[in-house]
Amino acid sequence: MSYDDWFRKDRLPHIFCAGCGNGTIINCTLAAIDQMNWKKEETIFVSGIGCSSRAPGYILTDSLHTTHGRAIAFATGVKMAKPDFNVVVFTGDGDMAAIGGNHFIHACRRNIDMTVVCMNNQIYGMTGGQGSPTTPKGCLSSTTPYGCAETPFDLCELATAAGANFVARWTSYHVKELEKSVKAGLETPGFSFIEVLTQCPTAFGRRNKFRQVIDHVEFLKSHSLLKAKRDRLVEKHEHVPEDMFVVGELTRRNRPALGVKP
Amino acid sequence: MMEITEGSHAVAEAVRLSRPQVVSAYPITPQTHIVEALADFVANGTLDAEYLTVDSELSALSACVGASAAGSRTYSATTSQGLMLMAEVVFNAAGMRLPIVMSIANRALGAPLSIWNDMQDSIAMRDSGWLQFYAEDNQEATDLHFLAYKVAEDATIQLPAFVCFDGFILSHTYEPIDMLTQEQVDQYLPAYNPAEKLDAKDPMSFGMYATPDYYMEFRYEMDEAQKRAKDVIAKYGKEFGTLFGRDYSALVEGYQLADAETAIIAMGSICGTVKDAIDEMRAAGKKVGLLKIRVFRPFPYEEIKKALAHVQRIAVLDKNISLGAKGGATAIEVRDAMYGSTIPVKGYVLGLGGRDIRKKDIKEIVSLCENGAGDQFYGLRKELI
Ligand SMILES: Cc1ncc(C[n+]2csc(CCOP(=O)(O)OP(=O)(O)O)c2C)c(N)n1
Ligand code: SF4
Ligand SMILES: [Mg+2]
Repeated sequence: MSYDDWFRKDRLPHIFCAGCGNGTIINCTLAAIDQMNWKKEETIFVSGIGCSSRAPGYILTDSLHTTHGRAIAFATGVKMAKPDFNVVVFTGDGDMAAIGGNHFIHACRRNIDMTVVCMNNQIYGMTGGQGSPTTPKGCLSSTTPYGCAETPFDLCELATAAGANFVARWTSYHVKELEKSVKAGLETPGFSFIEVLTQCPTAFGRRNKFRQVIDHVEFLKSHSLLKAKRDRLVEKHEHVPEDMFVVGELTRRNRPALGVKP
Repeated sequence: MMEITEGSHAVAEAVRLSRPQVVSAYPITPQTHIVEALADFVANGTLDAEYLTVDSELSALSACVGASAAGSRTYSATTSQGLMLMAEVVFNAAGMRLPIVMSIANRALGAPLSIWNDMQDSIAMRDSGWLQFYAEDNQEATDLHFLAYKVAEDATIQLPAFVCFDGFILSHTYEPIDMLTQEQVDQYLPAYNPAEKLDAKDPMSFGMYATPDYYMEFRYEMDEAQKRAKDVIAKYGKEFGTLFGRDYSALVEGYQLADAETAIIAMGSICGTVKDAIDEMRAAGKKVGLLKIRVFRPFPYEEIKKALAHVQRIAVLDKNISLGAKGGATAIEVRDAMYGSTIPVKGYVLGLGGRDIRKKDIKEIVSLCENGAGDQFYGLRKELI
């Protein structure tokens, strides 16, 4: 089987804008899933509402397209009813960190056996570009016309603090690394969280001086700081640049988990 | 001054002119343009308010409750799923008697997911204690916000209010609007100054536990306030007319009703289509009229009975359905209003999830009603059932 086989080609053309990073993330996720030798009949994708949440609609398995913010709660139900099933959640920063934030932290705490891929474009893309809880300080959105004044979430630190067994962050530039981390997440029993910083040219990029899609991808690349490098800097008491974000596998541990395959 | 404006922007301007002190909202299509405009006003200093970019609708309305209890004029806007998520606090706000005004850009409810218009969202909240106004066009949607604040904040009412206008059909449509000036609005709508608010010098609690010995009287008082609201709407609607030339004193409004044999009852933007269809039917010799319902809560029972005493039949159009009951909410209430009369009341559930309603559909419904057919869905695609 090739990961192409997981695509629902009859649903094309998709709704994503030209240059949107969501397609890359779906590809990387499916490439990882394809290496798991999972049966399609035993794999379920769950999502909420948002551009990112449209992903399951393009995948050839059972899926639940639920209400805004509730994907993880619905997925918890699926997993408890069918512990044999592989449950993967696609979500967005708004879906998961704003309106669904409570479900997220409690799923981490329970460490329920599922993998959550969050497409963090730092904006409410689908509704036209309002600021989200991950919109960086100073960034423009339709509800922060002179720059966001609030401090954003660090989703990975949140997941780690709340108890998830596996936590990683990559960007839409890091396709190979992302694929590997998703696979590691799928393999880890318990709650696995993979944050992917990605470009939304339509609602974020054009407001924030990323004139071309590539400008934003370039920014993501140049502002990524590998975890190993960050750790070295910290060890040597050297300065860690504030405008960079840490990428890599950030947490891997073996806390007691819920819903793991018998 | 007349200006051509998008419905959402006209509503946002009306809200700005009403001088809310706290605006709290979470984006949802098709409400987004209202709150984006308000965020802009606050950022640019043309509205002196706090704008909260909260994390969900539940937080949005909760923050409004807090702000309103602290004595400030507050505003939110939502629709559809957002309103459903607010439900708990919708009932709370009314129970605490906080005169929050909220625009509802009416949209269908999931599942299946739909972003298109019908009125299931606000209708689902009909038992919550909020006043419910429905606009036919964007001029009305704009003006009703001033009226809603004025009525909601009246010391004898103290209930929150929805101003409902059809998502996309009105919210995203440009129409000429006669916008009031700040002086005019200030003249009509004085600053909010509640008798009871959170005040450290005179401490008080909102929303406390009520034992069975006390609970029922709270509901009774709310219901009494709803009843009183009819006269208060009449008074302030008339004052609006005297000052600015558009009279909103009536809870229902007739069109070509005087000699009508068939009366259509409808709410919201569909009334415009109905009026056009009536003009054509009249030209062809059919005596058809419209009774538009502008205020759904409090429900205008007596007003409807009085306005329709002379007609031969009534066709009620509902862009909502009370599943498992007898059709849409308006038809159910109109049957109650007409109880004891021999005039047949037929209900038609139509336009759900954005299905288009054209003049020819209205004519078809009138024919059905004339033939005694009704209490049915209208416009189903038979091949899909
Ligand atoms: C209860 C509720 N509130 C609001 C909305 C409107 N809404 C749809 S998608 C969305 C934001 C999505 O943002 P995110 O999860 O970051 O996804 P993106 O589109 O950016 O991928 C919002 C606010 C909704 N559908 N339901
Ligand atoms: S709005 Fe942004 S996130 Fe949504 S499809 Fe377009 S580019 Fe992608
Ligand atoms: Mg997003």
